[in-house]
Amino acid sequence: MTQHWIDIKNANAILIMGSNAAEHHPISFKWVLKAKDKGAKVIHVDPKFSRTSARSSFHVPLRSGTDIAFLGGMVKYILENDLIQKEYVTEYTNASFILGDDYTFEDGMFSGFDPATGTYDRKKWAFAKDDKGSPKRDKTLKDPRCVYQQLKKHYDRYNLDTVSSVTGVSKDNLLKVYEAFAATGKPEKAGTIMYALGWTQHSVGCQNIRLGCMLQLLLGNIGVAGGGVNALRGEPNVQGSTDHAILWHILPGYHAVPTTAWPTLEEYLKATTPKTNDPKSVNWWGNRPKYVVSLLKGWFGDNATPENEFGYGLLPKCDAGVDYSTMFMFDRMYHGKMRGGMIFGHNPAVSMPNTLKIRKALQTLDWLVMGEVHDTETASFWRQPGLDPKKIKTEVFVLPSCQRGEKDGTTSNSGRWHQWHHKGYEPLGESKSMGWMLVEIFKRVQALYAKDKGTFAEGVLSHWWPEKYDADQMAALINGVFTRDVTIKDKTYKKGDHVPGFPALQADGSTTSLNWLYCGAYPEAGKNLTKRRELTQTPMQAKLGLFPSYTWAWPVNRRILYNRASVDPTGKPFNPELPVILWEGGKWIGDVPDGGAPPMIEEKGTYPFIMQAEGHGQIFGPGRVDGPFPEHYEPAETPLAKNPFSKQMNNPCMKVAKADMDLLAKNADPKYPIVLTTYSLTEHWCGGGDTRNTPYLLEAEPQLYVEMSHELAAEKGIKNGDPVVVESIRGKVEAIAMVTVRIVPFQVEGKTVHLIGMPFCFGWTTPGCGDATNRLTPSVGDPNTTIPEYKASLVNIRKADKVTELAI
Amino acid sequence: MAKSIFIDTTRCTACRGCQVACKQWHDHEAVPTKQTGTHQNPPELTPNNFKLVRFSEHRIDGRVEWLFFPEQCRHCLQPGCKAAADAYVDGAIVIDEATGIVICTEKTKELTKEQCDEIIDACPYNVPRRNEKTGMLTKCDMCIDRVQAGLVPMCVKTCCTGTMNFGDRADMLKLAEERLATVKKDYPKAEVLDMEDLSVIYLVSQPREMYHKYARRELKPLNRADFLAGLAKPLRNILG
Repeated sequence: MTQHWIDIKNANAILIMGSNAAEHHPISFKWVLKAKDKGAKVIHVDPKFSRTSARSSFHVPLRSGTDIAFLGGMVKYILENDLIQKEYVTEYTNASFILGDDYTFEDGMFSGFDPATGTYDRKKWAFAKDDKGSPKRDKTLKDPRCVYQQLKKHYDRYNLDTVSSVTGVSKDNLLKVYEAFAATGKPEKAGTIMYALGWTQHSVGCQNIRLGCMLQLLLGNIGVAGGGVNALRGEPNVQGSTDHAILWHILPGYHAVPTTAWPTLEEYLKATTPKTNDPKSVNWWGNRPKYVVSLLKGWFGDNATPENEFGYGLLPKCDAGVDYSTMFMFDRMYHGKMRGGMIFGHNPAVSMPNTLKIRKALQTLDWLVMGEVHDTETASFWRQPGLDPKKIKTEVFVLPSCQRGEKDGTTSNSGRWHQWHHKGYEPLGESKSMGWMLVEIFKRVQALYAKDKGTFAEGVLSHWWPEKYDADQMAALINGVFTRDVTIKDKTYKKGDHVPGFPALQADGSTTSLNWLYCGAYPEAGKNLTKRRELTQTPMQAKLGLFPSYTWAWPVNRRILYNRASVDPTGKPFNPELPVILWEGGKWIGDVPDGGAPPMIEEKGTYPFIMQAEGHGQIFGPGRVDGPFPEHYEPAETPLAKNPFSKQMNNPCMKVAKADMDLLAKNADPKYPIVLTTYSLTEHWCGGGDTRNTPYLLEAEPQLYVEMSHELAAEKGIKNGDPVVVESIRGKVEAIAMVTVRIVPFQVEGKTVHLIGMPFCFGWTTPGCGDATNRLTPSVGDPNTTIPEYKASLVNIRKADKVTELAI
Repeated sequence: MAKSIFIDTTRCTACRGCQVACKQWHDHEAVPTKQTGTHQNPPELTPNNFKLVRFSEHRIDGRVEWLFFPEQCRHCLQPGCKAAADAYVDGAIVIDEATGIVICTEKTKELTKEQCDEIIDACPYNVPRRNEKTGMLTKCDMCIDRVQAGLVPMCVKTCCTGTMNFGDRADMLKLAEERLATVKKDYPKAEVLDMEDLSVIYLVSQPREMYHKYARRELKPLNRADFLAGLAKPLRNILG
């Protein structure tokens, strides 16, 4: 989130798209309803009418996988009717930047594509530079090569007829949404976007979100109260785990993972540290060397020295250009290229796509260690229905994990609030926290290495490691400490003192920090700010719903990111009724500003988008691998024979696993004519390992169901409550039919397209509840993140003659 | 002072936090259920479910109305169930003087199954349920143990949207009227259900019969229990 939960109440319009917020983030609706009480329009765009739709001002059904067409139509509507917030767009975004000569877009393809590798050469999308090396600009926005004009040209094809025909949304409904949300382009109005996995889990997932950001920049909705692009992260601590890099492609604090392309620290930092020649651009990532060196120093301690590049050489390197995401990790496992593994808090035998392949892949392992609270389909894959445990070679160890209430620690919520939670009671039985397990396991690995040596002994043995797991100590190390006495701006810090905030981190080895974003959360021994529960606030903060002394938010306790964009270049708030920051007596009051520099117009003033090298919000985004402007491509499996927007049917860069089990239906496949979308539900959490073992929740949602329209049910002779079989080219699944007015058939390109929806949380270890929906979904991923395309695939459905997975 | 719960169904997201929290506070067993083509589960109130979020869906002029109704005992000011029970076992159902909460006591075990059926029949909202194992008549007790300790009922405590509200009756009536006035702007058919007669007051945006069968009070031929209950009430209330 650029904002925080409470700030949703400040919105004048709320676009909930790619999210079922009321069901998956129930608390969000506390604030959504407060906004609605004050007259905000709450708009829900989603394939099915859900509990969110029931509480929204209106719901608009959309064929799954067509968000870019829908939003592209909104861009065209905004530009044609000139509803942009002009000063914001010209001053704060890159709309005025001139594109270089190499950028082109033709018939669905951007310049620089190499069909052999399926990748773009992004250098072709560079801006034209002036003699100082800064992007050339035309603030009149009239230059035909400026971003604004190219944007206009790009979305010119997204007219109401085409968008309506592709998305299945009526033109009236399109206009209803466009009009309501575009009304927030006025300086004193704010609209917020709430999205979740309904946007990300597509082969164009990143671009869905990009387009949401672009709309918010055009309407001047980033940085202001009640605005923003808000990823709703959930109970699994998605925000915290992303920040701390429980993903393969980054190190903690959003640094690229080292690869073989960067064998030395110098090369790594050169490639990953952006530069600017513009003194008004803060270019915060220019500080990356300080953060990376402090991270290395935290990892390798005294073994990290300037001479050995602070241990950079001891880090494992990924092969450049190879995808290590879970989808491809399981592909390698399936091909017998892995011997063992550790799976903690993850149930891939239910939650990964093409689950039958995942279940087969697990059988190739010699050993598997599971850290789990309950038995799951992954922990018990060796005894799944149809398998003879005697024939499975894998040795499986299950380490009983304790629950959150049984341990101290932190979670980071969507609003980046870093909150301490105290242990409420002792762990049940022999269960332990995952932190304890990791510390103890690696301690023993180090001891074995010390005794016997082994492959890459130096890397294993030179890593600093605690004697025992202590959440408080970890919090202090994440914040960071000084490794020697240091004087910064007249203040001397002693060796071992906590670093007060990331501006004090150094690239010379004098500081450690296991995650620069969290530096400042624990600025002194005994002063853990994540434990704060104070409700004090100024009247200005009270009006905003901002509680600066309640826990701590990254970065530097800033509650609304890019808040320098909430004021005009002279420092005057765009919305004087609800200022986020105010320039008073030579300093900013309100929220913690994005840097203390004076208003932009002044000599020492700075641009608001401090994380971009050019300091401007990116309407043109050359950073994504699949194009600088989002373009509509059909999902990997599509009911259409042709993409009306271009000859390019799918995202040309999408990731596709290609094992023998990775089959894909043909375009407009007559055998699989129905669109399947999958989702979670309030009562169950992720793969269901926890919640299916919580009897009260299983009582409320006991079995796998499939939601479908009355029209489809009539066509297939299915009645409400009938057991049915849903089948894709990859597998079949039994479910109970839920025939509902909440799903409607779509009229798409002149034909009726049916859509059905299923939750994915059920699995066979809970008797009679059904088994993994993801046996239906394909191993296809977004090219930037490899997040799987769970939200749109093709299936067929029929009434079941008999069922074996469901107790009926 | 008399207490009331005001349930604003126009704010309900059917998260069912109230349904689950109620079970947890009362230490109720989980009831084995099946999926039958609806999210409403268990299908009915049971001795282990004093609170049940009912779901009903309608398509009206192309617009979907998905209605949620967090069902529970209404704690009638002059409860038909008590009148019916009094005829058989004195003190089986009582009203707590301080709060107005209607309680099924241990003494309901002394009632026969037939008598319990008659009492259930006397409830215009079909709420009480007999625990076949213990013989006790059961229903929502408005968490009287919590209320007496100065806490709000569990269903109210867990609600994050402002659907469930608890307080002094006068305050809840005021809140109900304020909310009705606001909701009527968008939903002219909105109404507050039987406010004068009940301690648990529902605000609905659609005609009450669209929520579920017993949202409309059952008007039955006068049996003995109804008759007795009726004697204590003004006539207009019997006619609903």
